[in-house]
Amino acid sequence: MNTQSTPVRIGLALLPIIVSLLITSLLIIAVGSDPRAVFEKVWEGALRDSRSFSGVVNFWIPFALAGIGLIVTFTAGLWNIGVEGQIMMGAVFATAVALNWKLPPLLLVPAELLAAMVGGALWASIVGVLKIRLGVHEIFGGVALNALANVVSIFLISGPWQPPEGGSARGTPQFTTDALLPSFSPDFEVSLLALFILAIIFVAVFFALRGTRWGLQLKATGKNARSALLLGVPTERTALSALIVCGMVAGIAGSYRILSPNGYGNLRPLVSGGIGFLALLVVLLVSMRVLWVPLVTMIFAAILSGSTRLKIAFGLDASLAGVLQETLVLVVLLFNGLRGRLERRRQTAIASENIQSITSNPSETVSVEAAAHE
Amino acid sequence: MSEELINILASVVANATPLVIASIGETITERVGVTNLSLDGSIILSAMVGFVAALVSGSPILGIFAAMLVGAFVALIIAVADIELRQDQVAIGFILTLLCADLAQFLGNSYSRVPGPQILSTPIPILSTIPIVGTIFFNQSVLVYISYILVFGTWYYLFRTRQGLALRAVGERPETAFARGTSVNRLRYLYTGVGGALVGLAGASYSLSVKAGWATPPNMAGDGWIALAIVIFGGWHPFRVVLGAYLFAGLRSLSSVIQRSPDLNIPVVLLNGVPWVLMIVTLLLVSSGAIERLLKLLPRPVQKWSRNFLRSDPPAALGTRFETE
Repeated sequence: MNTQSTPVRIGLALLPIIVSLLITSLLIIAVGSDPRAVFEKVWEGALRDSRSFSGVVNFWIPFALAGIGLIVTFTAGLWNIGVEGQIMMGAVFATAVALNWKLPPLLLVPAELLAAMVGGALWASIVGVLKIRLGVHEIFGGVALNALANVVSIFLISGPWQPPEGGSARGTPQFTTDALLPSFSPDFEVSLLALFILAIIFVAVFFALRGTRWGLQLKATGKNARSALLLGVPTERTALSALIVCGMVAGIAGSYRILSPNGYGNLRPLVSGGIGFLALLVVLLVSMRVLWVPLVTMIFAAILSGSTRLKIAFGLDASLAGVLQETLVLVVLLFNGLRGRLERRRQTAIASENIQSITSNPSETVSVEAAAHE
Repeated sequence: MSEELINILASVVANATPLVIASIGETITERVGVTNLSLDGSIILSAMVGFVAALVSGSPILGIFAAMLVGAFVALIIAVADIELRQDQVAIGFILTLLCADLAQFLGNSYSRVPGPQILSTPIPILSTIPIVGTIFFNQSVLVYISYILVFGTWYYLFRTRQGLALRAVGERPETAFARGTSVNRLRYLYTGVGGALVGLAGASYSLSVKAGWATPPNMAGDGWIALAIVIFGGWHPFRVVLGAYLFAGLRSLSSVIQRSPDLNIPVVLLNGVPWVLMIVTLLLVSSGAIERLLKLLPRPVQKWSRNFLRSDPPAALGTRFETE
């Protein structure tokens, strides 16, 4: 029942955004800075020119990939917190190929991407086996495997893969240019191949969830695993397949972090930069509708990319971007709850009014039953 | 026993204390049917607030209170979102985990690595002179003693008082508890808040004692998740929970001792993975039923006495919403 007019609805949608901006502004004031200057700096850092915008797009591609992957696991009812580790392992596996394999340039990049998919899928399937066969909840398995992926990457960086000039935990040697994704143009350093892959995965997931047997099985498993099993859905296999698909997509996301045209160009610690966790928040924010993922991740990517210079400009910690986004998601969910509560109140009020009018007018008994069914 | 070993055991008890306090707090919260998943973030935020409050006011006690307030506030957001607004506890808890950690880094940025007050150890007069045991358990900071009281107090409250019975009833069978006149949601608010305050206390015991000070990135990151796993390992029973926390801290310090030995050439980095492998192993022990089988090897009378101790099922109504309509 939606009786609100369009302006009211737009207002209600904007309210959480305004509230979270207000909260963040107060926090900025609390640490002694000017919120307006800070927000202007973020805006400028993200959208000043095509160069800074290409930075946003390079942030966005892996971020959106992670979000799309998580749509699959969330649909299957799984909290894949381990996505962060799957991103990291994707980068680790891609690095293994980039540093060690001697391949012609045309084959090297595909080999890296394939390796990244294997790495992400491997890490995701560990979470899946722990959950399905061994009864360890995917949140705990995921948190542990995130930390272990980090340990693995730091171990490799400071040990076997350390640069010849000496040991530091800062990163592996730089990859050759053949190993990196080619750039679209010098002004807009984005990989068209990666955009193409992102588009394909987006479309594939959209249609897989909408019109395939597998998509239906995912939904059934996510809605009610027990009755899905009774109806003949192989719930365990479905859940595991969801995790593996998400892991593969997250693996590609991880490889883009190191292979993108103006990216790191080598493997570094904490290579995912928290985009996996943020992608989880985005999926919660859009209540699992895959169509919204590209847009919302783009906005978040702009905020993230724009706030990287806050430390130099204002001495503020870059965690501000996280604070703003997390506050927004929290406030949106709380607002949704509040609206649901008000709606329920209104319904009960209407119902009790109906009952009163009926008790005074017995001929309307039929409509009471209709109202009760609503 | 060599003096070195005694000192190591004493440091295990000290290092385990925040884990003990946090997991006892979470035990209380989950026993009443609410999951506070925000532990990892709320410990970090309350550690920061506790440290800064103690630094500014010059009083560690005020710092502790501030930290407890923060912990309770975060937990109550989850309770309100669940009870009044019908939002998923896990989702809200997860968002708060990230938000609190980022908030702590953002607001505490200028206090990073600033020297500040610290709660030192105060030996208990007669008890601390007992050989071995005295040094290990009674030559510690006040927070450690508080953790002892908390463990026994929580056990007594849960299993030996009427209020404790009502608490457990709400977490197991809220409908029955409601029919008997218990106000289910009021108790959920109360004990979620109490549990959250203890999580805050755990945060303060990091920044004012065990890992004194505040630093970005925070050095207790990850321990909140460990505490959540310890609650499961502990079967929601205070004594088994405290056992889990000590075991965990013990194995962690054992691994660092092994790492330091010169004959074994283990890179330091790999040491950071040990807690997480331990976490998965402990959860596997519970989910495979191995712990229950081990505990059943105890003599029969002890088993009868410790029936609560043996359980490993979560509270039946954990994470479910209670509505009277």
